[in-house]
Amino acid sequence: MLDSANLKEGALRSTDIRIPDYFHKVVDCQWACPAHTPVPEYIRLIAAGRYDDAYMVNWTSNVFPGILGRTCDRPCEPACRRGRVEDHQAEKPEPVAICRLKRVAADNKSDIRAHLPKPAARKNGLKIACVGGGPASLTVARDLAPLGYHVKVFDQDPLAGGMIRTQIPRFRLPVEVIDEECGYVLDLGIEFRGGKRIDSMKALLSEGYDAVFVGSGAPRGRDLDIPGRKEAAKNIHIGIDWLSSVSFGHIEKIGKRVVVLGGGNTAMDCCRSSKRLGGEDVKVIVRSGYDEMKASPWEKEDATHEGIPILNYMVPMEFTHRNGSLTGVLFEKVKVEFDVQGRRKLVPTGEPNQHYECDDVLVAVGQENAFPWIEREAGIEFDDSGMPVVDKATFQSTHPKVFFGGDAAFGPKNIIWAVAHGHDAAVSIDKLLHGEDLRERPAPGVTLISQKMGIHEWSYDNDVSLDERYVVPWAEPGKLKSIKIEVELGFDPLTGFKEARRCLNCDVQTAFTASQCIECDACVDICPMDCITFTRNGDEADLRQRLNAPAKNLAQDLYVQDGLKTGRVMVKDEDVCLHCGLCAERCPTGAWDMQKFLFQMTDAGPGCRTRQRKAA
Amino acid sequence: MTYITKPRLHHPTLPINKIGFTRRDYEGKISTLCAGCGHDSISAALIQACWELDIEPHRVAKLSGIGCSSKTPDYFLGSSHGFNTVHGRMPSVLTGANLANRDLIYLGISGDGDSASIGLGQFAHVMRRGVNMTYILENNGVYGLTKGQFSATADAGSKSKRGIANTEAPVDTVSLALLLGATFVARSFSGDKKQLVPLIKAALAHQGAAFIDVVSPCVAFNNHSGSTKSYDYVREHNDAVNRLDFIASREPITVDYEAGEVASVQQHDGSVLRLRKIDPGYDATDRIAAMHYIQQHQAKGEVVTGLLFVDPETEDLHAHLNTAQTPFNRLGPKELCPGRAALDKLNASLR
Ligand SMILES: Cc1cc2nc3c(=O)[nH]c(=O)nc-3n(C[C@H](O)[C@H](O)[C@H](O)COP(=O)(O)OP(=O)(O)OC[C@H]3O[C@@H](n4cnc5c(N)ncnc54)[C@H](O)[C@@H]3O)c2cc1C
Ligand SMILES: Cc1ncc(C[n+]2csc(CCOP(=O)(O)OP(=O)(O)O)c2C)c(N)n1
Ligand code: SF4
Ligand code: SF4
Ligand code: SF4
Ligand SMILES: [Mg+2]
Repeated sequence: MLDSANLKEGALRSTDIRIPDYFHKVVDCQWACPAHTPVPEYIRLIAAGRYDDAYMVNWTSNVFPGILGRTCDRPCEPACRRGRVEDHQAEKPEPVAICRLKRVAADNKSDIRAHLPKPAARKNGLKIACVGGGPASLTVARDLAPLGYHVKVFDQDPLAGGMIRTQIPRFRLPVEVIDEECGYVLDLGIEFRGGKRIDSMKALLSEGYDAVFVGSGAPRGRDLDIPGRKEAAKNIHIGIDWLSSVSFGHIEKIGKRVVVLGGGNTAMDCCRSSKRLGGEDVKVIVRSGYDEMKASPWEKEDATHEGIPILNYMVPMEFTHRNGSLTGVLFEKVKVEFDVQGRRKLVPTGEPNQHYECDDVLVAVGQENAFPWIEREAGIEFDDSGMPVVDKATFQSTHPKVFFGGDAAFGPKNIIWAVAHGHDAAVSIDKLLHGEDLRERPAPGVTLISQKMGIHEWSYDNDVSLDERYVVPWAEPGKLKSIKIEVELGFDPLTGFKEARRCLNCDVQTAFTASQCIECDACVDICPMDCITFTRNGDEADLRQRLNAPAKNLAQDLYVQDGLKTGRVMVKDEDVCLHCGLCAERCPTGAWDMQKFLFQMTDAGPGCRTRQRKAA
Repeated sequence: MTYITKPRLHHPTLPINKIGFTRRDYEGKISTLCAGCGHDSISAALIQACWELDIEPHRVAKLSGIGCSSKTPDYFLGSSHGFNTVHGRMPSVLTGANLANRDLIYLGISGDGDSASIGLGQFAHVMRRGVNMTYILENNGVYGLTKGQFSATADAGSKSKRGIANTEAPVDTVSLALLLGATFVARSFSGDKKQLVPLIKAALAHQGAAFIDVVSPCVAFNNHSGSTKSYDYVREHNDAVNRLDFIASREPITVDYEAGEVASVQQHDGSVLRLRKIDPGYDATDRIAAMHYIQQHQAKGEVVTGLLFVDPETEDLHAHLNTAQTPFNRLGPKELCPGRAALDKLNASLR
């Protein structure tokens, strides 16, 4: 019997899988990655032991695989499908260790220099200045130098790397890794001017650069102006400055009792560094609750793992001191209350203030932006909060030749965002200097290729691993005392392989051709996750309730195809598909096929230029 | 076969039934049948029905003969009892098992070759004896396993894959079952689980010989145009007489229908069959009218489906034979071999 005819009104239209965003969204990790690194592609290469290739897939997208494989803020992991599909089924549902797998590629690769682009054989005569030598500037330089641009990178510090080098402690990121990966970029024929601070934007612009990229970061740590700040200044340090002094070896010791103020990642680095420099009783004290802290969950866990208590809901009121020396910090206890508008507020509990004795305080309560070296009449507009007015797509400022990226553009973020900004700014600069419209952004490179090798054989490993997430081993406890010895050891190749197998290959897409379907239900019956339903059409909200399993995750799309003989539609909820390919294996007609969707961002160069694309 | 095993992971919201199992717990090994075989959908419907009925898997015995269809018990209810008999002999082995242990739920799985060709005699007798079982005949009109020869249920005129028409008259298994006294007779289609699942549930609850003929296309050998057992043909010629809502005895009856639309039939175990009529004149409790209707419509090339006949006041083989209530495996040696004196007494009573 035919199901009732299609609802004409409000019925969903067939999904157009040729729109790159559709399948890109299905690759949750890649979609979430600011640089859109093809994650499953490199994870498969790691599983195949092809570490060089895995490294290069990363290098192309994110420039610093070894650095990011240790330090990335990993927005991909909370997005990873693996966490969703393990929901209710694993002890603790966990994403694939995407970030630490990147490190596996970096650690196990051979000499990859032959795969890197060569310095341009012929220069194109265009000059670019990058202010700051952090990840944002280095990405701009890497993308532009091989195209023939003359790129000069200025940094007030002697070596390139920006906060990667000056802030992130060595026990998380060894200096050799920084040297290696900054080196790959600088070896592309880039002029690096270390120890050179830019003091005037006007002067810089007058030197005749064709474009200027500002990647100067967000260097100033916010101070805490409460009573006692001046009197006890000797033992009160701004966390960021203190960390860079530690990095450069200017500071080697701290008092036995340390209070770290603030709840972000900087605070976590401060407390763990203190432990290694003589701190015995180290505490982190935060205004907010534990869950609201800005630090990433794993950073908090790592600090706790090292025996550092985190105390919440305490607002610093005063630095106490005696004879010019700090004696401690006084805190007011607060709690959360919601006002009539439902806004969260911290209000005093009324309990007596609490005093914590200490020898040193590290203030890590945020960063401020400051551009003292950019004259306000240089043609660059700033907003009320002192931030430059920057276009979110082109990274152009109100001065057509001046671009911003990284922490300098929109305030402190992280390395991978700085890299993503750098790529986009490089595209803009390349287009600008080829007389093109910057607003016309280049389309990504997309391929969709069947993975079928035989009747039941695919060119990817479709057997879903049931392993739970592997834990990265740590150095033995004795070594945790040193500020230089790396804490994490990284996965060994075998564990890396097993962790890589947890990846579901979300880029191998289920592609459906309605005209081939005979509606035998084989795919519906085999699908382990109840993703597929054949039903009469309806609007999205209605369809979401009528599927074999409720499709409650609105962030995940429904794949709808009409054109079936019974007049029904095929609806697939992408939410928890395992990409196991069983639907395609059980399909007698090949209506389902598993097709690899490779999505690559278009970097600066001929491919990003409209005219060249049209001519091609 | 290089199939991977079906991943154990399931939808995070997959519900559990009253005895704590998900539907996935009722699955078996991964199927080795051809991709798209109708038989796999019947397995899925059986899994769904058993899950919905909260059946404890170890209370089920699956018996089958030979054929692709008869292989399927390996692909569902992996924790149940199973017996793969010789070709066409499922009914007699099942009858024996049922006599020895009446406490299990008996599921007979067979094909059209297995039941209508080599096993026709066995099929006839198990129906007329009223063995308490659910008999599923997965009917594709061919011998799938031996590469697609016409079976005894192939319609005259139906074409083989090579274009040759069948010249022999078909065995109509539902008419035969009605004629032989089956007390629950239905026909369905593997491609319509909405119809099939409630029919299986009702059959499992039925205390007697329940027969469901499920048209189940063989994608490898009998799904071309010219075949009367293809997905397309069945969809185009499906004449469903009713839609069944099965209500297990312990569930409160909550659905209300307008009078006239619905006929309710209470089965012996207390379960209620609510039949929403599609053909207003069809009475599923009238055996003779049912036979008439089926013959009439099949002559027009229609595939009559739905619950075709049910006799709610039925008795099974054990009642006819007045057997002991306790299964053999729970009787002790004393009851099973009562000794010389008891035998003499029995013999004397027969003289
Ligand atoms: C303590 C700490 C730990 C962190 N840990 C992580 C982490 O684990 N993972 C992560 O992803 N991110 C981390 N971050 C954030 C990350 O370091 C930054 O987001 C990132 O480095 C920003 O890159 P950028 O290129 O915009 O600028 P930066 O890395 O800040 O580089 C800017 C450079 O410009 C130079 N400069 C500034 N002004 C001038 C001038 N006028 N002339 C010449 N040079 C100038 C600065 O000296 C600096 O070297 C951390 C930050 C801090 C403070
Ligand atoms: C005694 C005996 N005779 C013949 C065969 C060969 N044989 C195996 S399966 C089969 C027919 C099965 O047809 P059916 O029951 O319709 O199952 P299907 O494969 O179509 O599901 C035959 C004739 C056999 N296995 N044993
Ligand atoms: S399972 Fe693999 S491909 Fe899918 S989101 Fe996670 S890392 Fe990415
Ligand atoms: S790949 Fe196909 S069978 Fe596997 S989970 Fe996704 S939709 Fe289901
Ligand atoms: S031969 Fe026919 S009946 Fe047998 S498994 Fe294949 S499709 Fe099914
Ligand atoms: Mg058959």
